Amino acid sequence: MAYFLQQLINGIALGSIYGLIAIGYTMVYGIIGMINFAHGDIFMVGSFIALIAFLALVALGLTFVPLALIIVLLIAMAFTAVWGWTVERIAYRPLRESFRLAPLITAIGMSIVLQNFVQVSQGARVKPLQPVVTGGYKLFEQGGFVVQLSNIQILIVATTLVLMMIFWLIINRTALGRAQRACEQDRLMASLSGVDVDRTISLTFVLGAALAAVAGLLYLLYYGVIDFYIGFVAGIKAFTAAVFGGIGSLPGAMLGGLIIGLIETFWSAYFTVQYKDVAAFSMLALALIFFPTGLLGRPEVEKV
Amino acid sequence: MVEPGRFFSHRLKSALVNATVSALVAFALFCLILGVRTVDTVQGLTLRPRPLLLAIAVGIVFSGRLALDLVWWNRTWRPAVAKPVWLKRLGSAVLQYGGIALIVAATLFPLIALTLESSLHLGLPLRYLFDLSIVVLTYVMLGSGLNIVVGLAGLLDLGYVAFYAVGAYGFALLATNFGWSFWMCLPIAGVLAAMWGCTVGLPVLRLRGDYLAIVTLAFAEIVRIVLLNWTQVTNGPNGVSGIPKPTFFGLPFSSTGDVTFSSLFGLKYDPLQGIVFLYYVIFALALLTNLVTLRLRRLPIGRAWEAMREDEIACRSLGINTTVTKLSAFATGAMFGGFAGAFFATRQGFISPESFTFIESATILAIVVLGGLGSQLGVALAAIAMIGGFEALRHTQGLKVIFGPDFDPALYRMLLFGLAMVMIMLWRPRGIVASRMPSILLKPQRGVPLLTKERSA
Repeated sequence: MAYFLQQLINGIALGSIYGLIAIGYTMVYGIIGMINFAHGDIFMVGSFIALIAFLALVALGLTFVPLALIIVLLIAMAFTAVWGWTVERIAYRPLRESFRLAPLITAIGMSIVLQNFVQVSQGARVKPLQPVVTGGYKLFEQGGFVVQLSNIQILIVATTLVLMMIFWLIINRTALGRAQRACEQDRLMASLSGVDVDRTISLTFVLGAALAAVAGLLYLLYYGVIDFYIGFVAGIKAFTAAVFGGIGSLPGAMLGGLIIGLIETFWSAYFTVQYKDVAAFSMLALALIFFPTGLLGRPEVEKV
Repeated sequence: MVEPGRFFSHRLKSALVNATVSALVAFALFCLILGVRTVDTVQGLTLRPRPLLLAIAVGIVFSGRLALDLVWWNRTWRPAVAKPVWLKRLGSAVLQYGGIALIVAATLFPLIALTLESSLHLGLPLRYLFDLSIVVLTYVMLGSGLNIVVGLAGLLDLGYVAFYAVGAYGFALLATNFGWSFWMCLPIAGVLAAMWGCTVGLPVLRLRGDYLAIVTLAFAEIVRIVLLNWTQVTNGPNGVSGIPKPTFFGLPFSSTGDVTFSSLFGLKYDPLQGIVFLYYVIFALALLTNLVTLRLRRLPIGRAWEAMREDEIACRSLGINTTVTKLSAFATGAMFGGFAGAFFATRQGFISPESFTFIESATILAIVVLGGLGSQLGVALAAIAMIGGFEALRHTQGLKVIFGPDFDPALYRMLLFGLAMVMIMLWRPRGIVASRMPSILLKPQRGVPLLTKERSA
């Protein structure tokens, strides 16, 4: 029981990170109906920006951790958002009226570019960071097994909850959110009603990238080590989460993220660590076969 | 009338504003990722600033945008209209005879190289040349196989390397455990890969095309993880070694043994014989792939592929079973991937999961995209240019002079491939050798060549 509870805590923390990335996939899919393959790599870039910003702050002599974290968070969100915007501007916007495969191919091209750009500019070696957020609470002890809730896990879940709340407000209460929902339903009609479609789509990418940057920072703090390849696997898992929760649905993405995080953690805990990715990826296939609309998604009707 | 002077100054001003904005964006993009480098030291990671590199990158973006604004996007001349006749003729001649010329060149290449070397003693690095051409031909074969899936049927397969791996491991395990020969295993490897193609494709192909891309990506990763961890069978990260070489109708290429290729034909043993034989094997396989594709394109199934690529909904309303059509394309492509995998295993003599990463899939996809989706000649040319071209770059001394002695172009290979994929889609979505035309037309073309309209979303 204690072991189970510990895994549950770990799974929720991991799932929150996946959920944050998954929101980027699901928003973009909702608004322009394409899989943004580069999103996983945007997450990776966000993680690197966070790492470099953190090291820079340490070099400047800022050692008060909460303040440093907030500054790093803001820097990472801002600079990663520029990456998200640029990717959309260069690779997707010019192809909006092109044939179906074109944006998918540029998306995968962008993913390769980002991965290899970071590899070339920062080196292929893994980048370790000494633990920044340490400590935690002992919840209880059962049969010699101590259930722990570390501070970083609390930070991850709290950040995710706060961001989800802010996000929910943006989508449901602001003009931007209204424009996004309008574009999701009918882009042509939205543009006829005075919604700046290009701007709305750009802002969607910016928001998605900012969330991915938060996920990148949390991942960096949680695991303490990153490399240029983390975006690939995390990207597929987050996409699985988005499909699982119902692509196009924001709460669905979060829910799917939690489920994938839990599956991965429990699989590693009770079966084999080596096959944890296989478990998560198999969920993708199973989800697509048995309920392609996902848990909270709407059935997709293809219109001609 | 606007005064020319004022017009130009206005243009210059807006171009400068645009370029400055681009440079600012570039600065934001690059200042942390490119402008500082993380370095491992005894105290942990530290930062080393690289202001010069950052300045160069931002400068390139600034001047590039300025040039685009002032020269390219503002050009008054129209290059496309007045294309000289000889250029058009050359283009159509390349399309018409390029394939045959390539085949003839590839057939004669070893003969010419060997004759030149034996008669003139030029000191050509023959072994290296043949090895390189074998690699290029392997990519031609892989590209042609993937071209069926992506180019003809319009299904984005990001995990093509999985079928390559299935073929390679299928052959390697059969050969090392049961002693089966290459020629027995070749069809088996193809069938195995095709079956895996069906298994992966069947559930997903009913869904929207985009899902297929990510599922194939995940599947390729699953295959790699299983190969890496299923140590009892695949020997895990250590790979499978001691894979036999193919024989010439049962005659091995070796210096020892009772009856070998060289002893039967009364030749002096030379390790090059085996390599030239391998060259012709992969050449035959690549040729087979392209011939089959050529014939399939004229069959109803091939026409259904191309129709599906252009418009899936229209296809379905005409009574074509799109699931079966997609599955057949997927399985055919996978089968050729399996053949190529078996060849790869026999040539290397050793395989490990390292050879079957996403980078490999991405390289093959880049070849198909650059060559032009659906263009067989284009894929062959792209494979030659990209794989052979990079090999040539590695041996160019001039680059080392400019970028320093430890400059390795191989590091930048995937970066350039990725960029090329994006650029091609933006500027020449039909690929370098454009032939995104239906294989069969209802009426023969007259006058202007008919181009299929790109389907708008």
